Amino acid sequence: MEKSLLNNQTVKKTFPIKGMHCASCVNVIERAIKKVDGVEDCAVNIATEQATVTYNKDKVKKVHIASAVANVGYRALVNEEVKSEEEQKKEKQRELNALRNKVIFSLLFGGLILWGSFPWIMQFSPSFLQNPLVQFIFATPVQIWAGWEFYRATFASLRHRSANMDTLVAIGTSVAYLYSVFVTFFPNTVQQLGINPMPYFDTSTIIIGLILLGRYFEARAKSATSNAIKKLIGLQAKTARVVRDGNEIDIPLEQVQIGDMLRVKPGEKIPVDGEVVEGQSSVDESMLTGESIPVEKQIGDTVIGATINKHGTFLYKANKIGQDTMLSQIIKLVQEAQGSKAPIQRIADMISSYFVPFVLMLALATFAIWYDFGQTPALLFAILNTVAVLIIACPCAMGLATPTAIMVGTGKGAEQGILIKDAESLEIAHKINTVVFDKTGTLTNGKPVVTDIVTSNTIADNQEILQLVASLEKASEHSLADAIVKEAEKQNVTLLPVANFKAIPGFGVEGEIANKRVLFGNRKLMEKENISITHVDEHIIKLEHEGKTAMILSVDGKLAALIAVADTVKESAVEGIKRLQKMGIEVIMLTGDNERTAHSIAEKLGITRIIAEVLPDQKEAVIKKVQHEGKKVAMVGDGINDAPALAAADLGIAMGSGTDVAIEAADITLVNKNLSSIASAIVLSRNTMRTIKMNLGWAFGYNIILIPVAMGGLYPFFHLLLNPIFASAAMALSSISVVSNSLLLKKQKI
Amino acid sequence: MPIDKLLITIIDILAIGFVYWFFLMKRDKQVQVVDSVDIIVDGGYSPSTIVVKKGQTIKLNFFRKDPSTCLEEVVLGEFKTRKFLPLNKKVTVEIKPQEEGEFPFACGMNMYHGKIIIK
Repeated sequence: MEKSLLNNQTVKKTFPIKGMHCASCVNVIERAIKKVDGVEDCAVNIATEQATVTYNKDKVKKVHIASAVANVGYRALVNEEVKSEEEQKKEKQRELNALRNKVIFSLLFGGLILWGSFPWIMQFSPSFLQNPLVQFIFATPVQIWAGWEFYRATFASLRHRSANMDTLVAIGTSVAYLYSVFVTFFPNTVQQLGINPMPYFDTSTIIIGLILLGRYFEARAKSATSNAIKKLIGLQAKTARVVRDGNEIDIPLEQVQIGDMLRVKPGEKIPVDGEVVEGQSSVDESMLTGESIPVEKQIGDTVIGATINKHGTFLYKANKIGQDTMLSQIIKLVQEAQGSKAPIQRIADMISSYFVPFVLMLALATFAIWYDFGQTPALLFAILNTVAVLIIACPCAMGLATPTAIMVGTGKGAEQGILIKDAESLEIAHKINTVVFDKTGTLTNGKPVVTDIVTSNTIADNQEILQLVASLEKASEHSLADAIVKEAEKQNVTLLPVANFKAIPGFGVEGEIANKRVLFGNRKLMEKENISITHVDEHIIKLEHEGKTAMILSVDGKLAALIAVADTVKESAVEGIKRLQKMGIEVIMLTGDNERTAHSIAEKLGITRIIAEVLPDQKEAVIKKVQHEGKKVAMVGDGINDAPALAAADLGIAMGSGTDVAIEAADITLVNKNLSSIASAIVLSRNTMRTIKMNLGWAFGYNIILIPVAMGGLYPFFHLLLNPIFASAAMALSSISVVSNSLLLKKQKI
Repeated sequence: MPIDKLLITIIDILAIGFVYWFFLMKRDKQVQVVDSVDIIVDGGYSPSTIVVKKGQTIKLNFFRKDPSTCLEEVVLGEFKTRKFLPLNKKVTVEIKPQEEGEFPFACGMNMYHGKIIIK
């Protein structure tokens, strides 16, 4: 598309720029490049550290751009031109077209030779096709032109004393071709050896044709395995509508700065991450979270770049751009996961690294065995079986078995809002038999509300109690504190200044308000401070049975009130837990709440095993304890407060929403709030591992069974030998079937 | 045993020995890298064994000259990197190794190998 706008002399190229550190660098470099005579346009992107320059190629040389950038103190790597996705796609397509032409050419000529030489069908062929000289003329360009790729790769790798599949094909087809050339030109010599002087040009040409055909289909299928990344990259908006000095102007996405005010109209894509400052709307976030229901957005809510605005118009402030946006982070994570290796791959890696030399040795052994002990004509049988061994061996299937499945699996996960950190995490997930949930913020919405205020003789007024507690809790970061402060705000309660505030993790808070020592916290805090709560104990128990968290207020050492706070259970929790239990996975709820509150919530969710009254720093120890029971444990938390527990578990799953997802903290990050995604992640892992095992089983089984068959292993029992042409067909099918099997993962429901 | 068969057997055994020696007993030349290294991708990786100091950021500049699709990707599994290598273009992979040991890299199908030795 870019190219159509440009004339023959004008080109648009992208180069990496080194040394940039702030937004002002962008302007300096852009100005410097634009000053070069012949440069028509230049856009520098600080996030990607790249400059895209449109220039007249007759007037401007790359070195001019490099020196202009160097003059202002930076470095343009003009020889490391960055190819756009479009260009890469075109290059790949060109390669595929060239390959397709070779396939057609080889199979057409190979087919004609086969017609003229293969028993049963040769009698129906025109007589000129049966002429060995004509077959030689047809086979030679196939061997040299179409097969050149195999020779070139073989020579190049022999320089490094390494070998690959091309080496096997080059040797195999050369043996068949050279033998046939000898037969064609010296038929009498061959006849004197007791061999019918029949050339095998059909074998050499059809093998090349079929292997190239296999490679063509494999390349097409392989490119589909990385579609998820391409789809994610394609989600990015191209432009943003920025509001500057009251005017709305469209600018390229790269020029959006942090703090820019951006307007989004109905149906438009949200360009970068930010916070709504005006208006409201609903936003379709399905492309990133997999959740189909649009999310309502109001002032103060976070919006995510690349998601689509549905109905309303709103103004928002950009707070994450470039590589910091959620989409960029997802792309980075998926790319990293696809580049990582699963432990299951190690054995395949080890075997495939010795495979080709081993096959070469087996082929040599086959030749000697058939020559020494085979039936006459021994030389012919020795050659044909050696060629069959070289051609049937398929190391590619072994090399492709695991990575293609990992690529499709991690890509499918990303499409559903399941971000997998690496292949190892994906592998571990299928072994999980216990899932431990942190209650607050994971099973519940983490937004508790005040439900009860119980007064006492010390303070009888609800507002006064709320005033004291909210003043104290204002400084606390606990999720329950927020509920109390919000309730105070709702009731227009004025907060008081607090002196000597102290948060006691796992207990509560304390401070001085109007010269009174105020304590607010759980039963343990009161016990620690020797404050008797016996006369309200029954009340506390009643509240806890209702699933509420009761907290106690004491003023100057005397019990003053009870405040009960309750969190709401997430809509997807019951369904999510049921799915896990159906899969035979034990579900455990971990909470700081006391037993009674915890039981009440667990009952609603159908959870039978609860570990309650766990202090934040004990979560890690609890996970280890469950692991000691012999369980493979996944810990589900919010990824921010539970980092040590997530790290201690066999699999850490962080549930996040919006752009605050702590992607690095967990092995698997769920970017949606749907608890069913945990079961989906485990199902995805199980499916992927099953595919990998099938692929490896196929790749190994294929080679283990068919190499001995090609060597003539069945001959002593059934007088069966493998025709090298069938060997090449089996080989071509082998790697295609592995890649296709991996692609089937896309269709499996998770 | 007829002389031709004996001869074939001896040549064959020698050839098997040669294949073993040639492919499986090679010793890679180690190249010490300070900050960056150009790795030519052509029938393998040159240099294929590089030695790096722990904690040091290094740039591996891969330059693929080989049109073989086998080599179109390079995978550094330990560094979670899989990169497409366009033909005749330099592709830089930056790594900061934090652990000592030997970390292999290979083509997408694990046919061609190289390794990074962290000391």
